[in-house]
Amino acid sequence: MSVLIFTELDNGAIKKSSLEAVFYGSELAKLQGTSATVLAIGEASESELAKAGNFGATKVLHANDARLAVSNIQAYASVLTEAVNTEGADIVVLAKSSLGDAVAARVAGKLKASIVSNVTALPNLANGFVVTRSIYTGKAFASVSLKSDKKIIAIKKNAVSPVETDASATVEVFAPALNDGDFGVKLIETHKASSTISLPEADLVVSAGRGLKGPENWGIVEDLANALGAATACSKPVSDLDWRPHHEHVGQTGIKVSPNLYIAAGISGAIQHLAGVNSSKVIVVINKDPEAPFFKAADYGIVGDVFDILPRLTKAVLASK
Amino acid sequence: MKILVCVTSVPDTTAKISFTDGDTKFNKAGVTYITGPYDDYALSRAVELKEQHGGTVTVLNVGEADAEPVIRKCLAIGANDAIRVNSEATDSYFVASQIASIAAQEKYDLILMGRESIDFNSGVVHGLVAEMLGIPSLSPVMKLDIEGTTAKITREIEGGKEDLEASLPLVLGCQEPIAEWKIPNMRGIMTARTKPLKVVEPVGEGLTSTDKYQLPAPKGACKMIPAENAEELITLLKTEAKVL
Repeated sequence: MSVLIFTELDNGAIKKSSLEAVFYGSELAKLQGTSATVLAIGEASESELAKAGNFGATKVLHANDARLAVSNIQAYASVLTEAVNTEGADIVVLAKSSLGDAVAARVAGKLKASIVSNVTALPNLANGFVVTRSIYTGKAFASVSLKSDKKIIAIKKNAVSPVETDASATVEVFAPALNDGDFGVKLIETHKASSTISLPEADLVVSAGRGLKGPENWGIVEDLANALGAATACSKPVSDLDWRPHHEHVGQTGIKVSPNLYIAAGISGAIQHLAGVNSSKVIVVINKDPEAPFFKAADYGIVGDVFDILPRLTKAVLASK
Repeated sequence: MKILVCVTSVPDTTAKISFTDGDTKFNKAGVTYITGPYDDYALSRAVELKEQHGGTVTVLNVGEADAEPVIRKCLAIGANDAIRVNSEATDSYFVASQIASIAAQEKYDLILMGRESIDFNSGVVHGLVAEMLGIPSLSPVMKLDIEGTTAKITREIEGGKEDLEASLPLVLGCQEPIAEWKIPNMRGIMTARTKPLKVVEPVGEGLTSTDKYQLPAPKGACKMIPAENAEELITLLKTEAKVL
């Protein structure tokens, strides 16, 4: 019996959301009197992987076959399943993401495991195995019992606050059997914006809507985001009008974010937009219309012209550094 | 080409969420049900592919009888026939088992669905179905074209997108802008009434149960900062909210 944590790597480093999963899995292992092992797939240095120990894991399995360098849902699912079997793990923990969801789903199919996504807190073990999860796009929570022997828990981003220690983890090479049948999907080309902060992973987000009047005005949004070290985002109309790429669209049918700070400039706050941002810890709304519905969901509000306010906030951030 | 589109019947995105029976049941009173917005994209693309390549589109829903208006609307948009698995959709594994059990007999070339349902937002049913059938799955798919037996796909990734190719059969979780949502016309609505809708009983059981629901704590009042003192926001975010 043990807990296995599936982590994702980004440029050789364990992603922030995956470190949250490591912490969650390690705390869960403590509750169960067992240990937590991490699986990392892809290229990374031993010292980087050992950092999983700071978050509570005792061991890291590192699968670094050249064929696994590009993320591959089926192959990763097979590797994770083999790791579960080798370790005799009965619980898999991972961070919810598009890759994580896809891999976890296939592993659930292979192991006949119960799978619960968007989990926000450690389980209650007093009466079975009950977790709290976010539902209705952040508008409610549900208590869910996991009833099978094998369990998979995908945690919501920024729902747990890891506590780091000096402990380190041992790193072992893991050489899984790879099956040619898992490599049927061919990657033709990747289009990725370079050097921007990943929106789903970001602690701070500056988002803007139609109030910006046109894509040529995005400079003031980017300036504030750069000053803060924040990711940029936008509302659905802005992405529909092609002012900004779709991967920046937050809302009901776009990305759901849960950063520590979400600043919305020139976004009125339609219920479908709120659905994508309602898990943010602090929401700031800047809008010239005092009746904009977004103010009802905000922690801080400024009624004013975004073209005046945003540059002044950027200056204030730079001056405070 | 034989296409299966799996659809959910979910509360409208503007619905007020509340619970009854001591917070153990969703309160359906006054709630309008719609086709899952992501499922609508999947269905619209399926109907376009049928128009281009010929074939059939079957709609599948795991749900109770009150989901039938949503299923009829899918038929009005252009699906040929529909199957309803007569059970509440309680658990991802359970729902996937129903879809896989039907798909194993019918041998569809494409199984499309939304990237996630908007009630439980798990986004795992497509992956589960694909694993149960032993075929690839991809999500979230924002572009899909078929050439012979090859699918050309664009999938969204964090911070961008990737172009992929894979052989049919496939399971795909869809999102915008894979197609424009189609609105049923009068002729579609009339013919939908007589299109076949088969009701089948579920197989197997779920692996989880949802025991209790809870609404989030109400949001405190919004602190307004006068525009002339906008700079004060940065101080408050540092010292009061402690997020900077």
